[in-house]
Amino acid sequence: MFANFDWDVIIRSLPYLFLDGMRFTVMLTLMATAGGIVIGTLLAMARLSNIPGLSHVAGAYVNLIRSMPLVLVIFWFYFLVPYIGQWITGASRPIQVGAFLSALVTFTLFEAAYFCEIMRAGIQSIPRGQVQAAQALGMGYWTAMAEIILPQAFRNMVPVLLTQTIILFQDTSLVYVISVTDFFGAASKVAQRDGRLVEMYLFAAAVYFIISLAASHWVRRLQDRIAIIR
Amino acid sequence: MSYKWNWGIFFQISPDGTHTYLQLLLFGAGWTIATALLAWAIALSAGAIVGVIRTSPIPWLVRLGNAYVELFRNIPLLVQMFLWYFVLPELMPQTIGDWLKQSSNASFYNAVICLGLYTSARVAEQVKAGILSLRSGQRMAGLAMGLTLPQTYRYVLLPMAFRIILPPLSSEFLNIIKNSSVALTIGLIELTAAARSMSEFSFQVFEAFTGATLIYIIINIVVVAGMRWLERRVAVPGFISLGQPAAAH
Repeated sequence: MFANFDWDVIIRSLPYLFLDGMRFTVMLTLMATAGGIVIGTLLAMARLSNIPGLSHVAGAYVNLIRSMPLVLVIFWFYFLVPYIGQWITGASRPIQVGAFLSALVTFTLFEAAYFCEIMRAGIQSIPRGQVQAAQALGMGYWTAMAEIILPQAFRNMVPVLLTQTIILFQDTSLVYVISVTDFFGAASKVAQRDGRLVEMYLFAAAVYFIISLAASHWVRRLQDRIAIIR
Repeated sequence: MSYKWNWGIFFQISPDGTHTYLQLLLFGAGWTIATALLAWAIALSAGAIVGVIRTSPIPWLVRLGNAYVELFRNIPLLVQMFLWYFVLPELMPQTIGDWLKQSSNASFYNAVICLGLYTSARVAEQVKAGILSLRSGQRMAGLAMGLTLPQTYRYVLLPMAFRIILPPLSSEFLNIIKNSSVALTIGLIELTAAARSMSEFSFQVFEAFTGATLIYIIINIVVVAGMRWLERRVAVPGFISLGQPAAAH
């Protein structure tokens, strides 16, 4: 059954797969993770704040995003981002945005909801006494957050945040539905052009498998290391 | 904004000539629910078996279970869908492969199997965690009373473990409903796909996606309420405190 396998098609398309496709996937993963953690942390602070409206708005956003499938969110933003661009720049018609920017906005705002829940758990894991001690020392809200709470919350949650990043890395393959050329998009284009579905899809699966497996093992080792220090 | 809203679009007849766009979305929701329920049956049974063998005292079974979980967890769901739908029939003997490709509803069955096995790896993680969270004395007590190992699992460990992991299992069930939307890539017209085709035919993009979003929210609310009821129903008094708020929902 593997007799008429064409391994050569993989070799021939390696530069395209990795220099075009994988670069897009990795860039999208890293930038969406960074943006998602920043916005997610702000959302978590908003959810935990005692400003009445703010916590409800943040909670509603998080629950809304978390009840929608990622594919639907990708479609939403794919059509919405041009209008958001028009609104921000005040242009007369919806703005054409590139595939990368559209995907980046989508994943950042989508993952922010999940990172929010992680950071919320992280902030809540810090004993209340520390907040009170910071206040007693005369620190304001932002100083206490930046100097005392968030560094610890972040550190406690590093393994969970990294695991979420691995999930995000796998989820980026879904940009396929808006015909963006990420790693899987590139593999699928070659597969269809050359009629080599079996080779290309198996190869793509193997690459995702190796990267995700290695990353999750590394996270597990890191988790043990952090656990000993603490 | 140059976008023209038209909420009446839901009651207009769609290009199929007989049904309204709203009915189209509801058919999609039906496929979403059918896919999720059947896949959940696979996920729960396969996940329970794999979770149990990962806590068994037989090393090669543990390794087999671990390999199973790593395999299904480290490949994106979209890629797994394509492997089942496009690659598997090619690797089969000619006759079976052709039969797989030509059977009607092939994308539905593929989606169910793929989603079921993908989720079973996650369920297996939860089942394992649930069993390990029980005190080792429970297993020893069961064995000391003369129960065989399978009986200990059946009557002592699993009834408690499943109760403990009910909250994470319900969020896995919510995930399977959401993940069923990935099946649109292999041609299943579930809710998200129905909304997309509605947006393409009617050009009322945002109404279509709002409709789908609302239906997803309603499904979510019903599932969460059902799971809360089930949790209260099966609670063992004095064993698992129900009052504590769930960290994630």
